[in-house]
This record gives sequence, structure tokens and C-alpha cells, in this order.
Amino acid sequence: MIYLEKRPQPARALSYVTPVLAVLITMVAGGLLFAILGKDPVEAIRTIFWDPVFGEFSFYYRPQLLVKGGPLILIALGLSLGFKAGIWNIGAEGQYIMGAVAGAGVALALYPLEAWWIFPLMVIAGALGGWAWAMIPALLKVKFGTNEILVSLMLVYVAENFLKAMAIGAMKNPEGFGFPGSRNLQQYPSAHNTEIIAGSGMHWGVAAAFIAAIMAYILLNRHLLGFQIRLTGEAPRAARFSGVKPGRLVLFCMGTAGALAGLAGMFEVSGPAGQITTGFNVGYGFTAIIVAFLGRLHPIGIVLAGLLMALTYIGGEAAQSTMQLPAAAIQVFQGMLLFFLLAVDVLTNYRIRITLGEAA
Amino acid sequence: MLLKKRTFLAGAATIAALTALSTGAALAQDKTKVGFIYVGPINDGGWSQHHHESALKMVEEIGEDKVELVYQENVPEGPDSERAMTQMALQGADIIFSTSFGYMDPTLNVAGKFPDVKFEHATGYKTSDNMSAYSARFYEGRAVQGTIAGRMTQSNIIGYIASVPIPEVVRGINSAYIHAKKVNPDVEFKIIWLYTWMDPAKEADAAKTLIDQGADVILQHTDSTAPLAAAKEAGGVIGFGQAGDMADYAPSPRVSSIIDNWAPYYISRVEAVMDGSWESHSVWEGIGDGMVGIGEITDAVPEDVKAEALAMKDAIASGEYHPFTGPLKKQDGSDWLAEGEVADDGTLAGMMFYVEGIEGSVPQ
Repeated sequence: MIYLEKRPQPARALSYVTPVLAVLITMVAGGLLFAILGKDPVEAIRTIFWDPVFGEFSFYYRPQLLVKGGPLILIALGLSLGFKAGIWNIGAEGQYIMGAVAGAGVALALYPLEAWWIFPLMVIAGALGGWAWAMIPALLKVKFGTNEILVSLMLVYVAENFLKAMAIGAMKNPEGFGFPGSRNLQQYPSAHNTEIIAGSGMHWGVAAAFIAAIMAYILLNRHLLGFQIRLTGEAPRAARFSGVKPGRLVLFCMGTAGALAGLAGMFEVSGPAGQITTGFNVGYGFTAIIVAFLGRLHPIGIVLAGLLMALTYIGGEAAQSTMQLPAAAIQVFQGMLLFFLLAVDVLTNYRIRITLGEAA
Repeated sequence: MLLKKRTFLAGAATIAALTALSTGAALAQDKTKVGFIYVGPINDGGWSQHHHESALKMVEEIGEDKVELVYQENVPEGPDSERAMTQMALQGADIIFSTSFGYMDPTLNVAGKFPDVKFEHATGYKTSDNMSAYSARFYEGRAVQGTIAGRMTQSNIIGYIASVPIPEVVRGINSAYIHAKKVNPDVEFKIIWLYTWMDPAKEADAAKTLIDQGADVILQHTDSTAPLAAAKEAGGVIGFGQAGDMADYAPSPRVSSIIDNWAPYYISRVEAVMDGSWESHSVWEGIGDGMVGIGEITDAVPEDVKAEALAMKDAIASGEYHPFTGPLKKQDGSDWLAEGEVADDGTLAGMMFYVEGIEGSVPQ
């Protein structure tokens, strides 16, 4: 008989090992999948994991890792605070959109004025846009006890439609011959989120992600609020007795997550994307949920997980265009990563017991 | 300011490095490397599939020993497409086709970084020294479609599943309406905007809604076969293939189709790169050039209607007839084209208004 026995405490060492283990298992299973598709598995895995970082064109791909990973990290950090306290904000995608719309809105309203304060103002507007969108499910939860999972998720679809309305309506480029999409902020110097060091991929959003990681680390480890967040997640009753006000915690966690997602959207629209378009959002808000868990809800873990996730995207694309692997195979591969992470997690919380049957 | 200047200089250095590498890679091989990026999966049965099939036909025509095709499907519009194209250029692509409107600015960015690589962007309006724009006069096909729809409808209600409110889609609605009205003055259009090019679930819902509202002909500007499936399920409703022939649904509900046939264009452009005659341009080709095809009109359509539709097709192909010929008024009743006057390409390119008789408004 093989059965699972719950550990009294999750195994600490294992919780660090399991993400690495999950990546390794994904490589093996993914390799098998690619082999079944008739592609060389070793080459495929190398194209996905090795070439972007160390290959011939790594000078281009390394910066791209930051560009792709930046928003993921920024959003995941915000989400992790709530997730630690058992507050489930699933609507980061919507908050990301609203941040982008608010930030771009400021820029487009001021166009073609050139001034140093425009970009800082856009940053504030972006954070506020995301924060306000997250406050809707937060306030509804605190006041009326609604389920924040449902409300925040549904608001993603509202935000998507709002985005489309903006792209074909109020924010449409007046010089765009009736086509949807705003002016390109990359061509508006005061509003352009430039790379801090050119060619490095390090735009202001990436810098913000790293700063946010440090702040989150300090908050969780050195601050009373961080302690309350952890306590609420691990022992809600104990938290209540120790004077934690759950309502305020909900507002704080949702608000922070919303503001960070909004910032991510704002940095994206003013930098790599450049425009408000009908298809501006590409799922960062949802992928960030995976990143948050892959990173163990730990700030440093999230930074690493964000970069890893970015690597699977970029390497996956490279494998598509160089090896003609189908896009769906890459998506399955990314899905495997989360699946195996959750699967090996069992080992952190449970012990495997092997006995020789009941009779013995 | 100082920072900006440094940024610029460093940026220039990166571009130089990128260019040097790309030419180096291009010299290392004799085959012409052709890149394609698609917005949907290559088996979507519509837009992306047709670009891909045309690309494959191009390879077949020119010869696998002379061209190498690389492609990436499901590429989101925005920074991801910029990376996809940069990736192809770095790996030595000589010409890259970006096959969706939303790739326009990203294509322009990448074209700026790789002056030796040729870029071809579908359905946009921006061009540069090494970036062309190409598009098809789908409204010519809509005229044929409108004629059949107007003749075939019993309920006099024609449903139209519109995708994204851009001039191309608005032109299609106008062209179909004008020609349906011409053969059937009682015809009425019901239009549903989906704000997406492809979403089978939404398309099916839209088709069902239109059928519930009495439509017995469904026209679609979205790419999946879901509306045809809905028409088949409802029974007594006909539709048309969009982008692809969608022949699986023939002879009914699919009675004909508008086919995007990019192959002749792709062949000529890749050959131009090979013999060094490639130049940037902006073209808009129709039935006459073979870019817009009319799929077989099935026996579900009476012989006389079929003959009328084919005559329309031939007249457009020969240039004898233009689908937007006056007298035509705008929706608000103001004059647009006088008797015998033909719309100019500039107005058509930016057409964001309905013609007289269509109800509702263009979302904007």
C-alpha cells in the first residue's frame, strides 16, 4: 500500500526544491511531447531554455526577458499580498487595462504638449486607475460580503469592453484614417516610457517591478502589516483575536494589487506597446497568478518565477519560428509547468508512506 | 536631455549590431528566407489559414529549393509581434509578411531596425522604404454576396455579423447592402458588432440572435465557421464562407464565399526580393487581380440568381462596374455620389459612415 500522510508542518527544504523539480519534470514531459510531434526534444528544450539566455542572439533576448517579465513580476507581487491573506483578486487583467487606459488618457489629453511632469502624472494616473478598479470588488466585499473572486473576474470583461470602446472611440488616433487604436506614445517623447539604459530592456516598469519586490520583502518581513497579512492567511481566528481588522486588510491588499497592476499596464502602454488598441491586453494579469504561486508568494521567488515564465514565452516563440512547433504545443508546455508544480507540492505537505498491505 | 542623447547613441549602436548580424546571417544561406506571422492559429478555417495556405502555395510555386518558409501563429498584436518579427529578421529572414492590421506599428518599428530586410504589412496604411502595405478590395466580393443575399431572402431580413469597426468592415456592409437593396427594395439589414475577428462562441451567439430576429441570410465578417454551423442547425438559413471557402458547409447553408487569395501577391513579392526588384508600395487589389475570389455558387441558388451574380463578378473584374457607383446618399440623407459618379479610393479607405437605408450607427 502506498498512501499519503499529512505532514504536521510543510517541509521547509522541499518548498524550495519543488519549483526546481517541477521545472525539470516539465522539461522531461515537454521533451516527450515534442518527440511525439516529431521534433528533436533536446533541440526544442535547448531552444526554449538555453538559447534565449546564452545563444547567438541572446543580446536581443536578454532585454526581452525583462520586457516580458517586468509586468508579470509587478502584477504578481501585488497579487501575492492578497493571496497570502486569503484574499483572491483574480481580476488583475482588468486592473492592468484600467491602469493603461488612465495613464494613456492623461498623455493623449495633453498631446502634443511637451513637459517633464507628464510622465510622472501618467504614473500616478496609472496606479490610480488600477487601484480604483480593484476597489470595486474590495468595497463590495467589505460592505456587502460579496465574493471578490467573482466580482474581480467579471470586471475584467467590463474593462476589456471599456478598452475597446476607448480604442475605437474617445482615444482613437484622429490621424488614423478611421482605424481603431490611439496615437503611438512611443512617438510622443514626454509620454514615452523609454529604456533607462538603451538596449537593456530596462524600462521604468521593470525598475518599478524590482523596487516593488524590495518593498514587498520589507513589508512582509519587517512590518506589522506584513505580519498581519501572513497571520490572517495562516490563522484567521488568531488574527482576529490579535486585533487585525479584516476589512482594512482587504482594502489594503486589493488596492495594492490593483495599483501595481495598473502601473504595469501604464508602463506597457507607454513603452513596449505604445498604443491603446482593441487587443492591448494579452493576459499578463492571468499569467501573473501562475507566477505568484510558482514564486511561492515570496517576493524573490516571484522575481525568479516571472523571469522563468518570460523565458518560456520567448523561448517558446523561438521554438515556434525556428522549429515550427505549433503554438498549442507551447501552451501545453507552459500549462505543464503549473500542473507539475502543484503536483510536486503534494510532497511538501504530505509524506509518502509505503506499507506491505493490511495483512502484514 | 543628456540621458536622451545617450539613449539615442546607444540605440544607434544596437541597431548597427542588429543589422550587421542580420546581413551576416542572410549571406550564409542561398535560399530566400520568408517569414510570416499570423494573428490566429493556422487552422482557423479563415483569415490566418488562408494567409498560410497562400504562403505554402508560394513555396510550392517558387520551389522548396529556392525559398524557406518560417512562420509563427497566434501572435498577439503589440510588443509580442515586434519580438516575433525581430526574431525572424535576426535569423536571416529576407522578407517578412505581417498579416494583421494590428501589426502595423510594430512592423514599422522592426523595419526601421532592419533596413536590409523587406516587410509587407497586410491591411494597414503606413509604409516606409522597406515596408509595403497590401490589401484586398473585399467590398467587390461583398457586392456579389449582397446580390445573392437580396435575391435569396424570404423574410427580407439579412443578418450581418460585423467584426471590428474599421473602414474595411464598414465598406463591406455598405457594399452588401447597396447590392441587396438593388435587387430587393424591401431588404433590411440587422448588424451585430462583435469587436473581434474570431471568437466562435460569440459568432455562434450572434448568428442565433440574428436568426431569432427573423434573418434567413447571415453574412459574416468574422473568420470562424460557427455562424454557418448555427445556420445549419436552425435550418432554412443560408450563409457564406468568409476568408476561406468553408466548403464543408456546401451546398447549404454555405451557398458561396469570399476567398482571400494572397498567393499571386506573395509569389510576385518574394520573386521581386529574389531578383532584386522589390520596392516599397501600397496596393489594393480586387477580383480582377485575383486577390479576391468568389467561391463556387452552389445549386442551392437558383440558376438565374447565379447567372446574375456571376455577371456582376465579371463586370467588376473587368473594371466595367464599380460597386460604389452613384447615385448614393449617406445614412443621414446627405448626397455622397452623384448619378454615375464612382467613389475614389481615398474616401473608401477611410469610410466610416453607412449609406442611406442602413439602420443603427457605426460604433465609434
